[in-house]
Amino acid sequence: MKPKTFILLASVLLMTVSGCANVKPWQREHLADYTMSADRDPLGTAQMEHIWFSREEASGGRGVGGGGCGCN
Amino acid sequence: MNTSLLKKLTIATLLAGTLFTAQAALKVGDKLPDLTSFSLVGPLPAALKGKIVIVDFWASWCLPCAKSFPVLDELQKKYGDRLVVLAVNVDEQASNMDSFLKKHAVSFTVVRDAGQKLVAQVEPATMPTSFILDGTDKVRFLHNGFHGEDTRKEYISEIESLLK
Repeated sequence: MKPKTFILLASVLLMTVSGCANVKPWQREHLADYTMSADRDPLGTAQMEHIWFSREEASGGRGVGGGGCGCN
Repeated sequence: MNTSLLKKLTIATLLAGTLFTAQAALKVGDKLPDLTSFSLVGPLPAALKGKIVIVDFWASWCLPCAKSFPVLDELQKKYGDRLVVLAVNVDEQASNMDSFLKKHAVSFTVVRDAGQKLVAQVEPATMPTSFILDGTDKVRFLHNGFHGEDTRKEYISEIESLLK
């Protein structure tokens, strides 16, 4: 591997690794907030699902429920 | 900077990251750290030696924690002096804990780990996490999360086994 290529790859790798945040379970107060929940509006979600299904023949794939607090 | 030095630096950085995220947590068989050295807010129980202790790490924003409180309260009342339930709150704001406790009044001891120092050392994997200690401060059982009646039965079974 050429030095320049290696430097480029190493730089990308280091930037990627340093961008990772490990949020501990006891630090998830803000993640557990109601406003962080993707499914906080069930009616709106159902409407969007209906639109997607009708127009794009696609449904689901909206991720898992909950706000990511790590509670069980 | 030559390539081999860069390679070494890259590997060292990755290893450092791995070590940082793989800190040891309190496990079954370990001894609970000395609680008096963590500046916990609130009075600690007078004596833990010789008693079964449930140390429960919880937060006001954690729904399973709210579900676990009535069960822990029931256990405290059921076993009386033979059991100490010590709930360690890890909220950032004391007011959140206070409003939670107004809604979920309990008879057991609640202290607050205001600086999150104890919880950082114990490193519970989930909220809540509870440790059941024998009379010598040694962790004998560990519960990640609270799973309703299943966890309640496990608590009772484990406490009974320690009382024998």
